Formats: sequence, C-alpha cells, structure tokens
Amino acid sequence: MSDEPLLEVENLRTTFDTDQGELIAVDGIDFSIEQGETVCIVGESGSGKTVATESITRIVPIPPGEVDGSVRFKGQGLQSIDDEALRDIRGDQIAHIFQNPQEAMNHVYTIGWQIVEGLKIHQDVTDEEARAKAVELLDRVGIANASARFNDYPHEFSGGQKQRAMIAMALATDPDLLIADEPTTALDVTVQAQILDLLNELQDEFGMSILLVTHDLGVVAQIADRVIVMYSGKVMERGDVYQIFEEPAHPYTQALMKCLPEFGGNAGGIQGTLPDPTDPPDGCRFAPRCEHAASDCTVGDQPAEIEIEPGHLASCIYYQQGYDSSVVQNDDLGTNANERTEAADD
Amino acid sequence: MTNSEPILQVNDLKKHYPIKRGLLNREVGAAKAVDGISFEINPGETVGLVGESGCGKSTAATSIIRLEDPTDGEVIFNGGDRQGASRNGDGTHPNDVTRFNKRELKRFRREAQMIFQDPASSFNPRMSVGRAVSEMLEIHGMKDKHRRRAIVEDLLERVGLSAEDYDRYPHEFSGGQKQRIGLARALVLNPDLIIADEPVSALDVSIQAEVLSLIDDLQDEFGLSLLFISHDMGVIKSICDRVAVMYLGEIVEIGEVEELFRNPQHPYTEELMSAIPNPDPRDRSEGISLSGTVPSPTNPPSGCKFHTRCHKVVQSDEFDLEQEAWQQLLTFRQQVSIQGVDVDEIRENALLGRSEEEITDSVLKSEVRKEFDLPSELSDREAEKTLDNALDSIIADDFESATETLQSTFTTPCEEIEPEFTDHGDGHRSACIRHRNEIQSMELAADD
Repeated sequence: MSDEPLLEVENLRTTFDTDQGELIAVDGIDFSIEQGETVCIVGESGSGKTVATESITRIVPIPPGEVDGSVRFKGQGLQSIDDEALRDIRGDQIAHIFQNPQEAMNHVYTIGWQIVEGLKIHQDVTDEEARAKAVELLDRVGIANASARFNDYPHEFSGGQKQRAMIAMALATDPDLLIADEPTTALDVTVQAQILDLLNELQDEFGMSILLVTHDLGVVAQIADRVIVMYSGKVMERGDVYQIFEEPAHPYTQALMKCLPEFGGNAGGIQGTLPDPTDPPDGCRFAPRCEHAASDCTVGDQPAEIEIEPGHLASCIYYQQGYDSSVVQNDDLGTNANERTEAADD
Repeated sequence: MTNSEPILQVNDLKKHYPIKRGLLNREVGAAKAVDGISFEINPGETVGLVGESGCGKSTAATSIIRLEDPTDGEVIFNGGDRQGASRNGDGTHPNDVTRFNKRELKRFRREAQMIFQDPASSFNPRMSVGRAVSEMLEIHGMKDKHRRRAIVEDLLERVGLSAEDYDRYPHEFSGGQKQRIGLARALVLNPDLIIADEPVSALDVSIQAEVLSLIDDLQDEFGLSLLFISHDMGVIKSICDRVAVMYLGEIVEIGEVEELFRNPQHPYTEELMSAIPNPDPRDRSEGISLSGTVPSPTNPPSGCKFHTRCHKVVQSDEFDLEQEAWQQLLTFRQQVSIQGVDVDEIRENALLGRSEEEITDSVLKSEVRKEFDLPSELSDREAEKTLDNALDSIIADDFESATETLQSTFTTPCEEIEPEFTDHGDGHRSACIRHRNEIQSMELAADD
C-alpha cells in the first residue's frame, strides 16, 4: 500500500435547511484513517458524530443535508463521483453497521436472504456460493448452528444475535472500512463485551479499518487506536488512545472523563446543554459550559487545533502562545489519572 | 443495619405467566419470570437489582408495586403510617401489598412511586409537563388549582428546571430534562419509596452522571428509599448501598455494594462485572466473557439455573479436566441432546479443499471437535474414551446413544443440586454450590 491514508476527510461540513434556519451539524472537520486502524469518534448526543460518518458515504438522513468538503477514499474523491459509482463503494468497500439492528433489517426477509442480497449486488457469485459464504459468515460472527439459523427471520434473533448478523452482512463483501455507529449502545453490557471482542477479533483477521462512533468512553478505551473528541460539530481534541485517556488536554474531554463511574462518576455530569446548532456561540463552542472559560474564549471562531505532542491536538486557547496551559492541564481527574501521571513522572 | 423495621420486605415473591394452548385454553406451562425472590429495603437505603435483559428484574419491580398481580409471595410495605404492624392471627400481614384492597392500594400508590426507563414514552405529548405532574395531586384529592401549580413549580426548580417550564410540552425537553420531570412526577406526592427501572439507561454518559447525582441529592432531601434497577454494574456501583444480582427469576447474590464489588462470590456476578468496559486503554484483557444469552424462563435449566453458562461449573468427582474443556464438554453434551450437531454440514465444510476419500471418520471427528471448541484430546483417559465413543455414534447418526453415553458420564453436581444461600458475613450471601462444598469439606475436616 502507499503512504496515503485509507480515508482522508478535509473540511467536512454538513448542514440542514430547517425552519429555524441553517442547522450546522458538522462544521468543517478533518480526519484520516490508516489501513487496519480503529478510530473512535466520541461525544455527547447531538455533537454531530453520527452525521459526520454518514456524510462520508452521503447517507445523510432526511431532510437532505448539504455535504461540503473533500472525502478521499483510497485516493479517490468521493464527493465528486456520481451516485452509481458511490453505491458500488458503499456496502462493498465501506460498510455500515448501526445502533439499532432491528431497524436496519427488513423483517419480512430471512437473515440469510439479506446477507445473500448484499453479496449478489456487489460480487459475481452464484446462489450456492453466496449461500455458503453467508453461512460461513454467520458462523464466524458466532451464531451457533448457522446453517439452520440462515432461514430465520430477524424477530427470531435476540438483540445481540441481530447485531452479530448485521456485522456478518457488513463483512460479506470484505470491506476495507467498517463504519460502526454506536454498535453496542442498544445491547446489554454482557452482550456489548461479546460484540467488542468480536470486532477486535475480526479486525485482526480481515485487516479492515474501523471507524466507531460512541458516547461511551469505556468502549473507546477497549477498542480504539486513535480518538477524535467532537462537540457541537467541531473537533475538540484528537490523539492516540493513551494520550486522550492519560493526558486529556481539552476541558471538554476532561469533563467527559469525570462522568465515568471509575473517576468518581457522581461528579454531577457536565452542567448545561449543547449549544443550539442553528445558532452556535462565538469562540469556543464549549466555552459556555467550560469552568476555565475566559473572555477570550467567547470571541472569534473555534480556536485552531494546537499540537501538544506529536499526534495529540487540542482546540483550546490555553495551549496557544501567550496563555498559561497549566490552567487546564493539571485538572484534578480523580485518583486513577493522578496516580498514573505520578507514576509516569517518576 | 439498624433495629428499625425495613420499609419494604419482599418474601418469596413469584410471578409466573401461564402459557395457554389449544381449544380449551388449557394451561400447558408457565414462564417463571420471577421465581421466589426475597430481600428488604431499609429506610433511606438504595438497593440495586442487577441482571441481564430477561432475568426478570423489571417484572420484579412491577409485581412489587402491583402494576401486575404477583402469583405468590408477600410484599410488606411499612411506609406511610403503617409502621409497627404485626401479623394477623392467620399469618397474613396487614401491610402485605399483594392483599391490599382498592382503597389501600390507592393510598399505597401515593406512598410508592415508579420511574421508567424511557422518559420520552412515559409522558403524554399533548399535555404540558406541569399538568402531567400536577395531575397526580389532583387524582389524590388536591382540589386547589393554584396550590397545585405552586407545588409543581417549586418541585420543577428542585429537580434543576425552572418554574416557567410548567407550561412547556415534553418535546421541548432533552432526554435528561425529561427524566428530571419524571423525577418531579415521582416526588410530587412525597412518597417513601421509589422504584426506578433503568432510569438512566437511555441517557448519554454525561447526562447519566447528572441524573444519578440528582437522584442521590433528592434521596437525602426527601428521605427516600430506593429500589434501583439496572443492567449496568457501573451505575449500580455509583448509587446503591446494597445490591441483589438476579438471574432467571432468582437472586443469586446479595450484599453491600462495596463488599460485593471487592469480593464477588457468585460466578455470574464476576462475569457481569468483567463485562463493564474498562476505561483504561492499557488494560484490554478480555476477562471472563459470558457466552450465550439467558435461557428461556419457560424451561429453565435444572439445579443451578446458571450452570449452562458458568465458567466455574463444578466437575463430577471422577474428573479433573481443564475447566475450559469441561465447560465445552457440557455445552457439547447439551447440543447433542437436542441434536444440534449438523454432521452433514460439517462434512460439507470439511470437503472444501479436500477430496471425498480424505474425509475419513477420524477427520470428521476432529472437525466436530473443532466446531465445538473441544480439545483434540482430553487430559483424562476415561473422559477421552467416552467422548470418542460418543463422537463415533454421532457420525453414525445415532444421537440417542451418543446422548446417553455423554449424559451418563459427564454430569455436574450443579445441574442436580439446587444451590442454597451461603452467608459470607455482613448480609453478603450467594447461592452457589461451590461454597456449600467448601463449607462441607471444612466441616468434615473439623469432624476428623
């Protein structure tokens, strides 16, 4: 492979026309995904993380959103190609799995039929070959007695089994990129652990890249290589998973961490709510809820991302020249994080 | 804890749903959603009820509060001004919710409240939230409109909203805000007990923490007792004083939260805990992964109901195999007994990349082993011989004798003995026969 990343997104901007005016769901974000890498986008509901991933293959929901910016997949610009060509990539080289497998399936067709359908659209296979492959995939994602379950309808599968079947469908065409939007949020914790293990295993086996959207930092810690923290359509912070968890730089990331039960949990959440996406505040989007916000935080645009360490960037003015970054850096993050940084200092 | 009586005492509560079939609608069986649970909640205490979907925790809640009539058992509620009641001559209890008449029930509905999982579907979209909350006061006899409004406005402020929100409609609020209104509605009648069924599961993590801390504050302020239902051990840990772990309609372990988290005694509790995603990226050990899903409550496994999924399932006295192999062996035995081994399919798969002649019986047998994650050879010779015989029968399509071979040799005490509670001190109890064995061997040693 070349040095080029598998997916490269630049200045992605997705807007919706609403009665209240233009709603900016994603406001000019950049990111890239390397071959075989797992990138997690994390943020609260309404931060634009789902729309960002849907914009990649232009499956943005109704009312149709305007998608701007450049998306390059394997060096090919996806924004300029026509719908037909995009459809060939979507579901073949880029596959999606969604939060609610119930809604993503057609309940009047059998599970097997739905996997076979995807295979036959994208690959030149006979019925028998497609069937054999579908059974093999169901078996691979951990459906016991796969050949018998092939003819079951979605309602005969449990929630966890449905999500497994969804993953089987997504993997049918051996995609290079799997986009998983909150794949475990609707599931029990025990089933969630099973699905995360499965994704990890399958990635080792198939070598695909995963772009995973979640609001659960516990999930991120278990699966991510790199993390992008989104808030109100903007990227607040990005870095590898250790940088984000051990030295969270942006006050928003720090606030998210404090919500974890392991870091005290009952810290009271993050005060306030997300800004109105039709009328975002000036300056840093997080400033109205930020305990460190100064007057400079509420003017101009979202601060540019500053590189703190190689690969670790935060969009916060305290990291710009002339500001004291220690104000936001050594924020008390519960005992665990402190112990860890102390240990690192030693 | 204290000598004062518990506010809620659940004794051997059962809820069975009959399964009816045929022309005469005869009862052919029952789904035992809740099958004999007992616990108590002391005044001001938060007790958690935790388990996977389908373990009966929500049914337990609705049966306790009598949204559904329980099949059997007692729910003794000592809230309101019912303290200090003693049993009647015939052994019944005057505070038994399951025996309340219409009038008593209406009063009980004032003193015990429920909060539901999905705040969006528990409000009437066409009624302002203020009306939705004040309706409770109206039903329970407060005729003065202005007083009702004043009370509700005050309450909205206390749950972190503003008095002006009284006239707004549910769709104008976010999920977290709606759950706050749900809290206001539960509090408006000044109850003694609140049953919260997964109140934060539908919310974002950041909002979850916010609502949890609000519940905690309000509990102190109003002196509430809480039954808190969740599938999330992390949430339970952050809010509960004591926790009961439920599996297939039964409580398998109960104890103080800290003690239970530090020192879980039941394998199911261990597995639930290891399922919480660890927010430390440097610790990605897979832990104990719970395989499969909860079996159907219409036909639960015998003995300990958890033995079909348990990673510590006890071996019979003759064997001392690798624990993992033992567990796989029992799973295999189960699959064979329901003819869940598709030999034709396995043969077909084995054919890929091989010619017909190469598929000998021994190749086929090793393929079956692979399919069920059985080791290529068991460490115990007797066990290996039995398994090999069974595999021969399976390939000969004789499932009956294979089942018999396996079932007569590979048995676990877990499927024969119903576990009883073992006390680990300080009210920490668990129902697992491993503890009984430990205790017995200790007793035997003492006798010697």
